[in-house]
Amino acid sequence: MSQAVIKVEGLTKRFDDTTAVDAISFAVPAGTVVGLLGGNGAGKTTTISMLLGLLLPTSGTIEVLGVDMLRHRHRVLTRMNFSSPYVDLPHRLTVAENLTVYGHLYGLAGVRRRVAEIAEALDIAQFLKKPVGKLSAGQKTRVALAKALLNKPDVLLLDEPTASLDPDTADWVRTYLETFRRETGATILLASHNMLEVERLCSLVLMMRKGSIVDRGTPAELLERYGRDTMEDVFLDIARERRTGGVADAAD
Amino acid sequence: MGASVRRIAAMVLRYWYLLRGSWPRILELAYWPTVQMIMWGFISQFMATNSTWVAQAAGVLIAAVLLWDVLFRGQLGVSVSFLEEMWSRNLGHLFVSPLRPGEWVTALMTMSLIRTLMGTIPAALLAIPVFGYSIFDMGLPLAAFFGNLIVMGWWLGLLIVALILRHGLGAESLAWVAVFLLAPVSAVYYPVSVLPGWLQAVAWTLPSAHVFEGMRALMFEDAVRWDHLAWATGLNIAYMAAAAGVFLHFFNVARRRGALLQTGE
Repeated sequence: MSQAVIKVEGLTKRFDDTTAVDAISFAVPAGTVVGLLGGNGAGKTTTISMLLGLLLPTSGTIEVLGVDMLRHRHRVLTRMNFSSPYVDLPHRLTVAENLTVYGHLYGLAGVRRRVAEIAEALDIAQFLKKPVGKLSAGQKTRVALAKALLNKPDVLLLDEPTASLDPDTADWVRTYLETFRRETGATILLASHNMLEVERLCSLVLMMRKGSIVDRGTPAELLERYGRDTMEDVFLDIARERRTGGVADAAD
Repeated sequence: MGASVRRIAAMVLRYWYLLRGSWPRILELAYWPTVQMIMWGFISQFMATNSTWVAQAAGVLIAAVLLWDVLFRGQLGVSVSFLEEMWSRNLGHLFVSPLRPGEWVTALMTMSLIRTLMGTIPAALLAIPVFGYSIFDMGLPLAAFFGNLIVMGWWLGLLIVALILRHGLGAESLAWVAVFLLAPVSAVYYPVSVLPGWLQAVAWTLPSAHVFEGMRALMFEDAVRWDHLAWATGLNIAYMAAAAGVFLHFFNVARRRGALLQTGE
């Protein structure tokens, strides 16, 4: 297995009496797409927020690209990026203005050229002068993805990247992500509860329930372990606690 | 890795894009300072014939209202630019980028300076033909008054930002009302000596009271009160350091509570 780009050990987040993430450990090998799969409230978004430094963990360690994220996250933030349907880009700014601002924040050389390039790649060139607030959900998702890919990140964290998209747009986004990973060798951690997406994109799946990783493996391994034909059935088995795989604590 | 001028400029650019994209926002910047100036200009004209105190320095009330607006606009400039991020739910994107809190605050202050100048300069210029009073006649001390008041606006704005980070948008009205709590003790339109003894002691803890007292000394006695300027500057340095500490504390509290992602209404 190639070197781990993301290493998480004993990561825990408690809000008062609620444990949102409970001592999880995992590693994401370089150049892979790893899926965090779980129902609502499983702890996926909380985990991603902690990886990004938006949320401070109660305990545990996070290492990204060899850097301790709790102490020195600014050393690697230029090499990371993120997209989530729950975090907006300013609606009153145009697409071009938003991408220009983020291009400068990420210290890109030739921001104008890069904005044109990413707009072309994500088929949003025709919206560049439109305010983000006036775009459709699908268009906004593509703009958010453009922002997330603007700095050609080595590590990309995506929180439900196709949530609320129609099947055609969702398929387009997945195809683009596959191409991006293949061409750049980027490492992607993807939180989702879309089985199709996880099955298609991910080489490793971490199954989360109530803040814990209850199982992990490749989609094929999970299907075999649970004796199911689809990841959706595996998901339901785990979500309804019909069975656990029993390898959650296995070494990575 | 230290602070990046480019990232600060990027954030100023972000707020500039927002401002230039809306003519009502630009108009609003100059609207209240101008209306206030005109109102106090007429009051001054009336008072000049009915008050020996005002008659000694005809522009004292106009100067006071213009400088008060520097403080108010300075604070509002920081708070409103911050609120723009809350309203647009953009904090999550900003703080997964390499932007550091200190760079963001510097951008908020820079934008506050731009907004304050855009708001107060038209009103100050209009006072010259309409009321025959130019605040620019104060000369260099005006720069010291302006500097101290805008810095006070910044640390007040930063404290308000910290409170909104802690308590969410339920506390956003503080951005518009908090500064007025300090107006009576800032002695904007009257000398500090008018206040009761115990309130005078409170007034002298505010840089604004020293600035307005210094302004009146300049206008009535043609004297530059370096002591007041020194007090105002010293107090501003102390309060700015304290406000920065409070802001950073509440920023980290927001990171512990997950509030950077859960912004908005």
